Amino acid sequence: MLPTICFVKEIFEIRIHGRGGQGAKTAAQFIAEAALDQGKRIQAFPEYGPERSGAPVVSFVRISDKQIKSYAPVVNPDVVMVIDPTLIGPVDVAEGLAKDGILIVNTSETAEKIKNKTKFNGKVCIVDATKIAMGSVGKNLPNTPMLGALVKITGVVGLESVNNKVKEKFLDKIGEEKTNRTIEGIKKAYDSIQ
Amino acid sequence: MAKIKALTGAEASAEAMRQINPDVCAAFPITPQTPVMQKFAEFVADGIVKSEFICVESEHSAMSACVGSSAAGARTMTATSSAGLALMWEILGIASGLRLPIVMTIVNRALSAPINIHCDHSDSMGARDQGWVQIYSENAQESYENTLLAVRLAEKVLLPVMVCQDGFITSHGVENVAVYDDNKVKSFVGELKPYKPLLNVDDPVTYGPLQLTDYYFETKRQQEPAMEEAKKAYQAIGKELKKITGNDYGYFEEYQLKDAKAAIVVLNSTAGTTKAVIDKLRQKGKKVGLLKIKLFRPFPYEEVGRALKNISSIAVLDRSESFGANAPVFGEIKNALYDAKSKAKLHSCIFGLGGRNIYEKDIEDLFSKLLTNKLKGKEYIGVR
Amino acid sequence: MSKEKLKGYKEIPIGGLITEPGSAKKFKTGDWRSFRPVWLQDKCTHCMICPPSCPDDCIPTEGNLPNIKRKETDFDYCKGCGICAQVCPFKAIEMKEESGFIK
Repeated sequence: MLPTICFVKEIFEIRIHGRGGQGAKTAAQFIAEAALDQGKRIQAFPEYGPERSGAPVVSFVRISDKQIKSYAPVVNPDVVMVIDPTLIGPVDVAEGLAKDGILIVNTSETAEKIKNKTKFNGKVCIVDATKIAMGSVGKNLPNTPMLGALVKITGVVGLESVNNKVKEKFLDKIGEEKTNRTIEGIKKAYDSIQ
Repeated sequence: MAKIKALTGAEASAEAMRQINPDVCAAFPITPQTPVMQKFAEFVADGIVKSEFICVESEHSAMSACVGSSAAGARTMTATSSAGLALMWEILGIASGLRLPIVMTIVNRALSAPINIHCDHSDSMGARDQGWVQIYSENAQESYENTLLAVRLAEKVLLPVMVCQDGFITSHGVENVAVYDDNKVKSFVGELKPYKPLLNVDDPVTYGPLQLTDYYFETKRQQEPAMEEAKKAYQAIGKELKKITGNDYGYFEEYQLKDAKAAIVVLNSTAGTTKAVIDKLRQKGKKVGLLKIKLFRPFPYEEVGRALKNISSIAVLDRSESFGANAPVFGEIKNALYDAKSKAKLHSCIFGLGGRNIYEKDIEDLFSKLLTNKLKGKEYIGVR
Repeated sequence: MSKEKLKGYKEIPIGGLITEPGSAKKFKTGDWRSFRPVWLQDKCTHCMICPPSCPDDCIPTEGNLPNIKRKETDFDYCKGCGICAQVCPFKAIEMKEESGFIK
């Protein structure tokens, strides 16, 4: 499947909002490593701080064909992913997001509602990653389904490279069955994006 | 062939340690150094390295154990940050005074108080006069390569070496790191040939005897030529390492500096951010450049003086203070420019204390102030 | 005190190491003494209590047990602490002011 969006910026920047323990950092690392496997230059870093389970956390990804020189935080991301919908409100998730940027939110609500809540007038994509995760792995682990949505919407990396990354990282830790279910969740999220 | 891996700065340092396979490693956990030793401890537990890992009860003990093992003739490495380095203080001078080639990763973090875990350079800058060689690294790749170079340098001139990287920004950020072939790196690093090891009973020696007014001064006097030697050896060993990595190991890196009208001097990760800003400004025709210090101890005064001599406006960015005096990097640059008889307008800028973010916009503004002579006295970037 | 000429920084081993074993022997401490242990040979039974009691190890011995004998104190190192006189069960060591011995 062809990517729905081609990015022309020299450095593609993603910001991920989640809560401590939800895998915002892992998600950032998966995207970055999948891009690295495709020969890209990458950066993935969390908003630095002590681990705080449940507290709002942010992580960043930069992807480019050229060397990434800047180590400053991402200010104007091309894509913002919100792993936990309850962050909308307490956190200004659309801050700095370019008008032609994309906001991807894990929610069971409509895109219109999210637009109203975030006051973001650009492209808003919704994916019910929590429901998908509950259906596939049986736990509220929405970070990996979110990757499926991101891949479909942006085409920043191939679905196959994300799946390979998941296999590489999870197979030894959680076994084949759970890994396959995780990948199934990613695929479901991927397919849910119209 | 180099293998491109996605590694954090901390993992990159641990990767260097894996290839070096030191005999002994004594360390105590402290944020943000912990992932260095965590990764290395994994290598030890998995039997990938043969190192003896000594878990100690403090950094004072960590460095003490390193002193003992290095004197015994073992290749010895450790890592620390912030308060950990401060607690090592007493033993830092013993390591350098006894001329022990210990290599230590410093993951730069602010010192208390107020208590803070984020990046600034007050830890290693505070230790700059303790007789250790100090090398600063812009990113994970440099942290990895500098660690390899440091082992050879330490053992060549018999001085301990600190390899510094920015806490969290470098240590916890994942990026592309080229990891070079194990065998090539291992043959570059070579075997330690210890100088007068304590465990050689055929040639018994005493380490650390009392030296009062009779010999203390002479022993300290020896450390100065050792530092001069370190400066030469750094380049020679760097040339050897270049054969593997293809990278240069200058005392500093000049970026768009030759024809620059305004320049920034800075070390570690902010140098990278400055490069990104320079790229943008150069496209607009602005003549701006960077001098990134890599070797801070021994300090390359002459060479820095030559490189900056003809630049009219220079800002030196320090991520630490020297309260009541010139900031550490600024002071050295001022010295170098005095010797070079430069007439440059030189400005001291303090930034990023306690991990305060520095944005591309901050550096862009600074360059524009430099180009229009709007900088007055000492500047604080990003403070309210 | 040793009157050996002190060396320059280029001549000494690096790191302040002492590379010669037993070099403490060169550091003569006999001139620290203000009291001298005088050994009264006629009272001495060579019971061997004094040699190991000397903190400076300066009471030499000769022969082996059971025929071991002590010899005169090595005054190059004896600091005159008087421990030997204290431990002697036969009062065969007397502490006398050093000034009386200086020629």
